[in-house]
Amino acid sequence: MSYIPHTDADVRKMSEAVGVSFEEAAYAAIPEELRLNRELELPEALSESDLLDYFRKLSEANRRFEGGSFLGAGAYRHFIPSIVETVISRSEFLTAYTPYQAEASQGTLQTIFEFQSLICRLTGMDVANASVYDGGTAAVDAVLMAVGQTGKKKVLVSMGVHPQIREVMETYLAGSDIKLEYAPLSAQTGRTELPEIASDTAAVLVQNPNFMGIIEDGPELCRKAHEGGALAAVAVNDPVNLALLKAPGAYGADICCGDAQPFGNPVAYGGPYVGFLACTQKLMRRIPGRLVGMTEDHDGKRGFCLTLQAREQHIRREKASSNICSNEALCALAATVYLCAVGPEGLRRSAEAGMRNAAYFRSRIAEAEGLELVFAGPHMNEFAARFPKGVAEEFNRFLAERSIQGGYVLDGVYSGLEDCMLLCCTELCKKAQIDAWAEAWQAFKERQ
Amino acid sequence: MIPEELKYTKEHEWVRLLDGGIAEIGITDFAQDQLGDIVYVEVPEIGRKLTKDDTFGVVESVKTVSDVYSPLSGEVIAVNEVLCEDGDSFTPEVINKDAYGEGWIIRIKVADPAEIDTLLDAAAYKAVTEEEG
Amino acid sequence: MEKTVFEKSRPGRLGVMPPESDCPEANIAELIPEDMRRGEAPPLPELSECDVMRHFVNLSQKNYSVDTHFYPLGSCTMKYNPRRNEKAASLPGFTDIHPLSEDKDAQGSLEVMHELQNALAEITGMDAISLQPAAGAHGEVTSLFTVSRYFHDLGEDRNIIIVPDSSHGTNPASAALAGFKVVTIPSDADGSVDLKALKEAVNEHTACLMLTNPSTLGLFEAHISEICRIIHEAGALMYYDGANMNALMGIARPGDMGFDLVHINLHKTFSTPHGGGGPGSGPVGAKGRLAAYLPGPRAVKAEDGSYRLQRAEKTIGRVKMFWGNFLVIVKALAYIRTLGGAGLKRASQAAVMAANYMRVRLKEAYHLPYDRMCMHEFVLSADRLKKEKHIHALDVAKGLLDRGFHAPTIYFPLIVEEALMIEPTETESLETMDAFIEAMLDIAENESSESLAKAPETLPVTRLDETKAARKPVLQWPQ
Repeated sequence: MSYIPHTDADVRKMSEAVGVSFEEAAYAAIPEELRLNRELELPEALSESDLLDYFRKLSEANRRFEGGSFLGAGAYRHFIPSIVETVISRSEFLTAYTPYQAEASQGTLQTIFEFQSLICRLTGMDVANASVYDGGTAAVDAVLMAVGQTGKKKVLVSMGVHPQIREVMETYLAGSDIKLEYAPLSAQTGRTELPEIASDTAAVLVQNPNFMGIIEDGPELCRKAHEGGALAAVAVNDPVNLALLKAPGAYGADICCGDAQPFGNPVAYGGPYVGFLACTQKLMRRIPGRLVGMTEDHDGKRGFCLTLQAREQHIRREKASSNICSNEALCALAATVYLCAVGPEGLRRSAEAGMRNAAYFRSRIAEAEGLELVFAGPHMNEFAARFPKGVAEEFNRFLAERSIQGGYVLDGVYSGLEDCMLLCCTELCKKAQIDAWAEAWQAFKERQ
Repeated sequence: MIPEELKYTKEHEWVRLLDGGIAEIGITDFAQDQLGDIVYVEVPEIGRKLTKDDTFGVVESVKTVSDVYSPLSGEVIAVNEVLCEDGDSFTPEVINKDAYGEGWIIRIKVADPAEIDTLLDAAAYKAVTEEEG
Repeated sequence: MEKTVFEKSRPGRLGVMPPESDCPEANIAELIPEDMRRGEAPPLPELSECDVMRHFVNLSQKNYSVDTHFYPLGSCTMKYNPRRNEKAASLPGFTDIHPLSEDKDAQGSLEVMHELQNALAEITGMDAISLQPAAGAHGEVTSLFTVSRYFHDLGEDRNIIIVPDSSHGTNPASAALAGFKVVTIPSDADGSVDLKALKEAVNEHTACLMLTNPSTLGLFEAHISEICRIIHEAGALMYYDGANMNALMGIARPGDMGFDLVHINLHKTFSTPHGGGGPGSGPVGAKGRLAAYLPGPRAVKAEDGSYRLQRAEKTIGRVKMFWGNFLVIVKALAYIRTLGGAGLKRASQAAVMAANYMRVRLKEAYHLPYDRMCMHEFVLSADRLKKEKHIHALDVAKGLLDRGFHAPTIYFPLIVEEALMIEPTETESLETMDAFIEAMLDIAENESSESLAKAPETLPVTRLDETKAARKPVLQWPQ
C-alpha cells in the first residue's frame, strides 16, 4: 500500500513519454555507487485494520488514571468542546499548506487573523503573530526581540519561569553573546525577587502565574524593568488564567509570550502545542513569524493576506528576524475555535473552577498531617506542597496504585524543593478525586 | 532619470551636496523601480555617526528588502519625517513618486570631504544601471 | 465575505459551558491581588455553538487543500494525507497522556518514538535520531547548535556556514540564528554546486555546508561525493536539508552519500498534514561522534524491553519543551508502517516518474532551464512568456487558481527568473496531472497579460492589495 493511483497503462504512458522505465527513473540521475542496493530494513507493512490494531495496543500501553490527574507543570488538561475536533478535522483546514496563495486561502487567513485578534484581546498587546512552536521557543523569540530592540546583551530571567523554558533559552543562546542571569523566587511568597536592574539589561522575563502557580506582582515587575531601562517580557503560564488576571499589556508588558495549548489542544505527550507571541505597536517590526493583515481586493472587497513578509527567511535569508517557516497553524485554529466556543463567560468559569478546586485542595493539604504548602503568595490553580523527607516519589507510586496521577516532583528541578510536589487543578478536577488523594495520603502515612 | 547635479554610488544611493558641508542622501529612481511599492523605511536616529559604506537603513517593499549604505562618513543631522513610521505623515511611497526630491532619506554633516571624490557622476552611474537593467 | 467572529458577537450570548466545580465555594476575587485582577471579562466574541460551527465551516470552504484540489507546490510535498494516520493519532491513549508522566506509565508513547527513531535512522543512513524539533527550520537550527558545540569541544574556531544560492531561505536564516556567518556560493551552469567556487570558499573556518539533495531545482547533485570530500578534507561537516527526501526513500541515503547531519520533514515526506502551515515535525539525525550531541531526551530501549527517556551524553540540551510533536510522530510512524520498505521505495519511484512526465510535457510551452532527468520536482521559468506576452509567473499562478488548481511554488529558487516549481507527488493520478498540464498549456497559448491581470475571478476574493496591507498594517480586529 503506497497510495499510488497509477495503473499499468498509466505507468507505460509515463515511461514512454519520458523514455525511461518506472524502475529506472528514480535512479537515472544517481551515481551507481550511491544507490541503495537493498530494500530498507523496516518492519513489514500492515493492512489498515492491522495498523489500527497495532496503534490501539500501543496507545493502551500508556497508563490511564481513572482516579484523575494532578499533573500540570506546563501542560494543562482542560475541557475541550467537541466542536474543536470537528473543525480542525475539516479537510480544507487540515490538508492546506501555508496560505501563500491568498485568494485560495481566505479560510486559513481569516482564522489566523482572528487568532491574532483573540491573543491581542487576552494579552492586552497590539500585535500578535500567527504562532510559533511552543511556549519555550516563544520565550526565546521574546528575548531576541528585546535584544534586537535595545542593542543590549543581558537578560534577567525569573526563576519562576518554567525550568524547561529556561533550558530551551540556554540551548538557543549558548553560542551567542547574549547572557542570561537569573532572579530568585522568595522562599516565603514564591514571588520573583528582582535585584537592581543593571543598565545593560535588554529585558526582564517573568512568568505570570509563575511555575509555582503564584500570581506575580506584574505591575511592580514591569515598573522595575522599565526603570532600569529594560523591556518587560511576560510569559503567561496557562493562558486560561487570563480570564481572571489583568492583561500583561495593561500592566506594562512590552512583549507577551506563552503556550496556547490549554485552549483546545490535548496534552498529547507534549505536542503539538502552540506558542503565541505578542508585542506593543512599537515592536511590530521586530516580531518574527507570519502575520496576517486585513486588506482589500481589486473590487474593494475585504480580504486577508500574509503581510510584512520582507522580515522573513524566504526573502531576507541570513538577515531575517527568525528562521521560522512552519508554525503550529492547526493548533492555533483549535485555540481560536475553543475561545469562540466558550466565549468570555465560559473561559471565566473554567478559570474560576480551577481556582476553586485548587483552593479546596490547598485546604485539604493544610489540614493534612505531615504536609504543608510551600509558598504563602497568592495562588492561581497550581501550587507546591512539601512532603516529609524522601517520600514524595514514593507517595506518587502509592497514588498510581489507586489509579491517581499525583503531581510533578520537584526533586532535581529546584534546589531546596527536593521534597516538594507541584499540584494542579483545572475545571476537570472533581472534589471526589481531591478527597481520594487526601485519603490516600492518610493511608500512606498510616502504612509507614 | 539620473539628474546631472547629483553624485551616486554603485549601490544606488544618490548624494546631494548642500551648503555648510551637509549631504542629503536617498535611493535612486532606478532602485525604487526595482524594489516596487515601498511600504517601510528603517531610518537611523539623529546623531548617529556613520562611516562610509555603513548600512544606515533598510528600504522594504512588499516582496523584497534592500539595505541602504552610507555613501560618505558623517553624522546624521536630519531624517525625512514622512519616512518615520511613528509620525502622522508616514508616507513611504514618496520614494516611489519622487526619489530625488521629497523622497530623500537622511542628511549628514560630512566628516571627510575628500570622500566625495570617490562617488560616481551621473554618466558613470548611468553605466551601472545599464549593466544591471 | 464572511464576517469576523467579532462582528457576529452579541453581548450575553452563551456558547459552550465548561463543567462546574463541585468543591466548596471560594471567593475568587479575594484570591487575586487587586492590582492583578482583570476588571471586566476579556473582550472575546460571544457566540452560540451553532454560530461557531457555521462560521468555521463556511471559512473552511474558502480554502484550496489537498483533499479538494491538486496542489503541486514545489518543495512542499503535498501528497495525500492518509486518514488512518489521523485515526491512530486520535486514540485517547495518545491524546490524553501527560508529557510529564513517568516513563513506566508512557510505554506506548515511548515505543512509538523509539520505532520512528529506528525507521528514520534506517531511511536516512544515520546512526541516531532525535524527534524533538517541531519543524524543518527548527531541525536546521538544532543541527547547527550541534555543529557549534562539536567544534567548540574540539577547540576549533569554525564560524562559517556555506550555502548554495539555490538553498531554502531557512538555511542561511538558521545559520545566522545559531551564531554563524553565512557564505553563499553560486550554482554552476548545470544547476549544481559550483565545485570551483566551493573550493575557493572552504577554509579552516568552515564549519559546515548545508545542502539540499535533490536540490531545489529538483536535480540530484551528481558531484555529491566530491563535495563531501572537499568539505571533509577541510575538517568541516556536511548537513542534509531533508525537504526533498521524498525522491530518495529506499533509493539512496544521505548517510551513504557522506552527510554527517540531517533533518527530515515528517509533514512532507511522511504524509502528515500541513494544517495550513503547521504543526510539522523536523527530526534530526547524526552520524558517529555527532550523535552524542543530539537534543533530547530521546526514547531508548533497555535490555528488559522497556523504554525510557534519556539524554545523549553531550547533548546540546533541549530545543523545545517536552519531547517533540508527538501526535505528528504517531502519524509518520503509521505511514511508514503502512508502506513498509518496499512501499516507501515505490512511492519515491512514482514521485520521480510523475515529475519527469510533467517536465517532459511542459518543457515546450515553458522554458525549462535545466533540461535533464529530474527527481521528484522540477523548475520551469516563465521568462519567455514575460518577454513575449508580459505574463509573469504570478499571473500563471493566478490563472491556475481559476482553473481549479493550486499554484506551484513561484519565484523560488531565486536563481531561476520567473520560477515555477512543480512537485506532483506520487499520489496524483495521470488524469489529474494531464488536466493540470492542459491548464498550463492553455494559459501559455491563450491568455494575455490583460486577461490574466484580473485572475483569479472565480474565488472568494480577487487579487489582494498587499501594498496597502503592508503600509498600514491592520493585524487585529479593532477593539
